[in-house]
Amino acid sequence: MNSNFAMMNNYLTYKSKPGILSWLLSTDHKRIGLLYLVSMVVFFWVAVTLGFLMKLEMLTPGKTIVDAQTYNTLFTLHGMIMIFLFIIPGIPAVFGNFFLPIQIGAHDVAFPRLNLLSWYLYIIGGLFAIVSLFLQGGPIDTGWTFYVPYSIRTTTNVILPLLGAFILGFSSILTGINFITTVHRLRAPGMTFFRMPLFVWALYATAWIQVVATPVVGITIVMVIVERVFHVGIFDPALGGDPILFQHLFWIYSHPAVYIMILPAMGVVSEIIPTFARRTIFGYKVIAFSSLSIALIGYFVWAHHMFTSGMSDTSRMVFSLLTFLVAVPSGVKVFNWVATLYKGSIELRAPLIYVMMFIFLFSIGGLTGLVLGSLSTDIHVTDTYFVVAHFHYVMFGGTAIILFAGLHYWFPKMFGKMYNEKVAIWATPLIFIGFNMLYFTMFILGYLGMPRRYWSYLPEYQTLHIISTVGSWILVAGLVLMFGNLIHALLKGKPAETNPWGGVTLEWTVPSPPPVENFEKIPVVENGPYDFSTINGETNGKN
Amino acid sequence: MEKIELREPISANQTNDLAVNQVAETHHHKDEVGAKIGMWLFLFTELLLFGGLFLLYMAYRLQYTNDFIIAGQELNLVMGTVNTIILLTSSLTMALSIAAIQRGKKNLSILFLISTILFALAFLVIKYFEWTEKFHHGIAPNAPELLSKPNGEIIFFGMYYSMTGLHALHVVIGLIVLSFMLFFLLRNRINENDYIKLENSGLYWHLVDLIWIFLFPLFYLIH
Repeated sequence: MNSNFAMMNNYLTYKSKPGILSWLLSTDHKRIGLLYLVSMVVFFWVAVTLGFLMKLEMLTPGKTIVDAQTYNTLFTLHGMIMIFLFIIPGIPAVFGNFFLPIQIGAHDVAFPRLNLLSWYLYIIGGLFAIVSLFLQGGPIDTGWTFYVPYSIRTTTNVILPLLGAFILGFSSILTGINFITTVHRLRAPGMTFFRMPLFVWALYATAWIQVVATPVVGITIVMVIVERVFHVGIFDPALGGDPILFQHLFWIYSHPAVYIMILPAMGVVSEIIPTFARRTIFGYKVIAFSSLSIALIGYFVWAHHMFTSGMSDTSRMVFSLLTFLVAVPSGVKVFNWVATLYKGSIELRAPLIYVMMFIFLFSIGGLTGLVLGSLSTDIHVTDTYFVVAHFHYVMFGGTAIILFAGLHYWFPKMFGKMYNEKVAIWATPLIFIGFNMLYFTMFILGYLGMPRRYWSYLPEYQTLHIISTVGSWILVAGLVLMFGNLIHALLKGKPAETNPWGGVTLEWTVPSPPPVENFEKIPVVENGPYDFSTINGETNGKN
Repeated sequence: MEKIELREPISANQTNDLAVNQVAETHHHKDEVGAKIGMWLFLFTELLLFGGLFLLYMAYRLQYTNDFIIAGQELNLVMGTVNTIILLTSSLTMALSIAAIQRGKKNLSILFLISTILFALAFLVIKYFEWTEKFHHGIAPNAPELLSKPNGEIIFFGMYYSMTGLHALHVVIGLIVLSFMLFFLLRNRINENDYIKLENSGLYWHLVDLIWIFLFPLFYLIH
């Protein structure tokens, strides 16, 4: 591509409006992706700080640094921010926005202005949650699940953060609608469905979950607000309402939501592995369909969050069976990734190391999920640290680690700069060791009976709690090193080439950073997404 | 979806567009099929939004069947029926308004759109009288008279106010949207060549109508 064209149109420096407005009012999908990235990193660090404080509090039984009520708000806000503001929008909002149009050979998403609106809704939702901290009554203390009847009785500020969650849901729905339409309408000529990169497939499946599941939690949240304001009785047992129904409606969304969180991450993995194994992905169609089947089966497993809430044995067994079924497509993906590496020409660069870490941690998270999915073992570990550990292995070890992997993989493309790879690699053992010290001890604690969300504990748990807390320090050190390295690269990194890794999807054919309209001329696609037969000859010289 | 694309190759559209305007931020491509896909997806989410409430209604109706039957008889069947007729007719005038602009009959289209708006207003006025009448009889959320009734009746009216309230909110949003459409029609921004906005608003209005078609029997008719 001619460099003059790229220089003049670089999306980072291009000015459409004066000053900061050319970012805040931009409908360019790449800029919106970066707006999300910046706001999300901020929220991420706020939530990391809250989690860090929680672990510090757990260093000793009884009070260490905060009192019990503060601890309640700490875990509520940590959960709310991490889930609603970081992991759910996470990969789709940042990398999806940035790379979905480029990977299918389009100039932008189908509804660019709607896309910008989604970001504003995201910010407004986040502000609602934050403003509620400073109002009379104190910050919300219900846990991120907002279970009734407590959430309609507590005197803390519940309505504002709930409204925030509703608005965030709206933002998520609009992004979903946008992505589905984009995939259907804006693929480049020759880009058939089965030539789409697997990241696009994953985003497509995710978008469907966003569209189909989110409205249900939306109305549930609205009903809690209505209940608090008007006392209609629908969720209030004193007036004949049934709190279990709230749990059903909440999990009808919130279980599929974990697939909103993990599916895009799986898509990123399917991008990174072929690039660094120099091999086409093993089982392309199977991976594509496994995304869709996860999206589909994921709807019918929600009640496994409620095995001890009061349900008939029949429905518990059905939901348990379905839970085992949904593990199958995830397993299929893991085997396909490993099979792709087999006999590949592996180049162990930073993004791939994060992916390796993901496969290890996610497998532990997935397998312990089966412990929770089967009825008898679930009853033993329900509401203990075991659940907390499982959740963090799949969500942090899964999604967040892949968000970091994606950040390292696409950083040169997004910013046109290279980071220091040695430092990036050095951060991984810190993160890995810290992570496992922090969360693996929680499996043991949970198995021994340590309940989640407790502010204090029996003295015999203390050794494990100390190991866990020290782990949190190592983990945070690793995260600081990793983000510090990327920020340093942003300021002082060397310029990146168009295709530093030898990737073959379309984003590696446009300059780094991409021009405003992505492609000078819309490409015509003639082969599948991971065809290394032509590029291997070319990149040999470069590498 | 594949079929749609065979009919209208987007690639041509896209490249032409770019040639005309190099700047992505300001280029406007009209993809009517895309706009419709987006609208249908949005309507789907609306159905699911109400779906949560319909699910609650079903669960509570099974739990409190008798109370629901008794409480349902207190609703004003006449007002409910009149409102159903009004809303159904408004859907007809909405469709006629679109049909008119497709044939280039701007004035007729405006006329039908105004009548749709008037019907929507009439619906809200009747709804207002219906609710306030109930309030006067002490059937309001958290009112002592209602709280003295059995739990099932409290829940029935809780569902009634929540569902018809959310529906009324949608009517209000529809009113606002339709007023904008009227403005666009008057300004010729909706015309016989470009009426996708009006069509999509029509789809939304039919959804509002459709939801009422389910609310009406659930609350007023089945005893």
